[in-house]
Amino acid sequence: MEEFQIPPPSKVNYLNAEYGLKSWLLTKDHKRIALLYLGSISFFFFIGGIYAMLIRLELLTPAGNFLTSTTYNKVFTQHGIIMIFFFLIPSIPATLGNFLVPMMIGAKDLAFPRINLLSWYIYLLGGLVTIYALLAGGVDTGWTFYAPYSTTFSNSYVVATGLGIFISGFSSILTGLNFIVTIHTMRAPGMTWFRLPLFIWAHYATSLIMILGTPVVAITILLLAFERLAHVGIFDPAAGGDPVLFQHLFWFYSHPAVYIMVLPGMGVVSELIANFSRKNIFGYSFVAFSSLAIAVFGFLVWGHHLFVASQSVYAGMIFSFLSFAVAIPSAIKVFNWSATLYKSSISYETPMLYALGFIGLFTIGGMTGLFLAALAVDVHLSDTYFVVAHFHYIMVGGTLLAYLGGLHYWWPKISGRMYPEGWGRFSALVVFIGFNLTFLPQFILGYMGMPRRYHYYPAEFQVLHVLSTAGASILGVGLLIPLLYLLWSMRYGKIAGPNPWHLPGLEWRTQSPPLTENFAHTPVVTWEAYQFAPFEEMEVVGKFGESRAEV
Amino acid sequence: MSEHIVPIRVYAGVFLALMAGTTLTVFAAFHDFPWQFNTVIALTIAVIKATLVVLYFMHVRYSSRLIWVIVASALFWLAILFALTFSDYWTRGWFQVM
Amino acid sequence: MEQQRAAGTIGMWVFLVTEIMFFGGMFLAYTLYRNAYPAAFASASNHLDITLGAVNTAVLIFSSFTMAMAVYCTQVGKRQMQILSLILTIILGLTFLGIKTVEYSDKYRDGLIPGKLIPGRPFNPDLLTFHLLPGASIRNVEMFYWIYFAMTGMHALHMIIGVGLLTVLLIGSVRRRYSPEYYSPVEITGLYWHFVDIVWIFLFPLLYLLGRHLAHGG
Repeated sequence: MEEFQIPPPSKVNYLNAEYGLKSWLLTKDHKRIALLYLGSISFFFFIGGIYAMLIRLELLTPAGNFLTSTTYNKVFTQHGIIMIFFFLIPSIPATLGNFLVPMMIGAKDLAFPRINLLSWYIYLLGGLVTIYALLAGGVDTGWTFYAPYSTTFSNSYVVATGLGIFISGFSSILTGLNFIVTIHTMRAPGMTWFRLPLFIWAHYATSLIMILGTPVVAITILLLAFERLAHVGIFDPAAGGDPVLFQHLFWFYSHPAVYIMVLPGMGVVSELIANFSRKNIFGYSFVAFSSLAIAVFGFLVWGHHLFVASQSVYAGMIFSFLSFAVAIPSAIKVFNWSATLYKSSISYETPMLYALGFIGLFTIGGMTGLFLAALAVDVHLSDTYFVVAHFHYIMVGGTLLAYLGGLHYWWPKISGRMYPEGWGRFSALVVFIGFNLTFLPQFILGYMGMPRRYHYYPAEFQVLHVLSTAGASILGVGLLIPLLYLLWSMRYGKIAGPNPWHLPGLEWRTQSPPLTENFAHTPVVTWEAYQFAPFEEMEVVGKFGESRAEV
Repeated sequence: MSEHIVPIRVYAGVFLALMAGTTLTVFAAFHDFPWQFNTVIALTIAVIKATLVVLYFMHVRYSSRLIWVIVASALFWLAILFALTFSDYWTRGWFQVM
Repeated sequence: MEQQRAAGTIGMWVFLVTEIMFFGGMFLAYTLYRNAYPAAFASASNHLDITLGAVNTAVLIFSSFTMAMAVYCTQVGKRQMQILSLILTIILGLTFLGIKTVEYSDKYRDGLIPGKLIPGRPFNPDLLTFHLLPGASIRNVEMFYWIYFAMTGMHALHMIIGVGLLTVLLIGSVRRRYSPEYYSPVEITGLYWHFVDIVWIFLFPLLYLLGRHLAHGG
């Protein structure tokens, strides 16, 4: 590992190379663009969080007495739209991906830096249009925009919101395009495909989904908008149209979209597990190929959202079988991560806590997905809180935890400073407890029959709802604390060197924060991914409170 | 995509083939073929025309394997969209709900 | 430089993949509704002007040829022919759009703009002159026109963007920006233009020709 000499760090790095608003707003540096995304994504996460708070407040009592029914419809719709399209889908790829993909492959930047910047502006434009729609009166169709309610009967701002989502879809497409071309054409000498970090494989697979799926939801939204303007009845059964066609077109993208949301998280977790147990990922090629398999199989299962939508039973059986099949590559990853941990040298810094949390919570989320993939069970559980709990286990227990873990892990590289480890571990624990308290009761609620998207319910469900809301408050606190200490650390955190965790990855072989061009000289890669010392030579990590980070 | 420069006569040949295909498809449209053959013929001609454009005008014949894979993937994914959606529409009414 | 050219071409192909999936959704809707309402779709299709459609097809194919010529001329350094080819391609593209405008205004005149897209002029064809095949309902005819306008409108939008790109190329060619050493922008614009042609190659038979054999004399 020591053949690679890190040149003495220069005082100039990508953060202070140029000053002024223009140098940030017109930057071509992928790292600055990643930070621009980080700021805007955090903003939208906050808005989505406020909607979540409103939902949980309403559901404290069985009567619908906090919000009117229409307002409640708008609140959960907008919570979904903001969180999915403006937080989860861009989150890891646009922040960590943008920052790290060039660095991990040894490149100076992405293939198309200006398109990268354009993608951020497009994202902002889409977000602004959507916020306008929310402020003007909001949309109440559910984030799924099902016809014919959305095309014909809703009086809310469907077209404006759809336009905002349509625009932000281009941001997704351009990011995916950039990653694919970059990974194919800009790897450093010696960086063969099977020496790539699994983070790169995951982002490559995610980019494939972005490219192949997003255009279909784009045309679906346009058709929806066209129908709202033309009133022909293309999805209206009274006019000979088929509302299920809308659902087919919508879910063709929206199911793979959930893999856009979780695959990058899996890439982060692979990095965290390998690096914080100082061991090469068990079955590297299996994990790499499983990312591709998830991307491909993810496109074959969308009909499981239409099981109770009058889709043909035969199609339902095909989609059910394929939905079981898509769990296999995810399971392969979980097995391989677990096997990596076995007989390794684990340390429990904050990123590792998030990664371990991911493995457990994603497994629960994934297994409950299998419940839903079974046709007969889905008839009972469809449109109940079971589904809500299932996808929150994956989106929050999975993606959000991976995002936080990755942010903490690469924070020294991004900012040149360490976060306070004690607070990091504390928040991770608070998030974990708060999350489970919020969503575990929802599995039971759903099984007992609590429908989703309802704001009044029978009194016997109240205890579970109160537990859930209590958990949400704790979760909210747990998410606010990192915001505070990460910002604090940018000024007052301990200075981190180029490689505070002592790891072999290419991104750690340059200074922190990196130079604008990442590497002083183009690296020549002669080592495999995750090349650690053999187990016998590893240092022993002591008590839980210790950290390997050297600052 | 490669440095290969396609000679003009290839372009001219493809152009004439495309025009011939268009003429053929218009004439075939007026003739009443049995079953669905009108559609089959029209689509076959369209696919041949499109293939000529992709291979020669868009240089895919002279391009790297990566480009071939990209083009093939797009067609494959389109096929997924169509095939699995049809699996719903074509099997409706097969199963009588009690 | 070679790597940048390769990257540009790969990037444009990846973008075209998104366009294929984008139009694919509309082709799916077309296929399903055509199978559901064959008589109505055939009747509506027969009402489209096949001459204008065929001429437009020929115009686009010719423009693809001139576009390929433009790329060729740039690759071999024949600047005059390169500029001429680009000009021809632009003219042909504008011709296509012009003919489309004529078709669209004919639809407006005949009251065939679907639904309430044009306030004050809802879908209202003269049923005495509009020949409906047996089994066709006027409601489903309206659906055909919805799909017709969505698909050809989206196609025309892409053509307009293409003409814009070609104009940029033309200005660049006049200013000697492109040469055998640097022709990537011409090539990737060519890829885009050919793709738009391919979409029309499928649109023409599916929209204009599907019912001609039932029209008993056309």
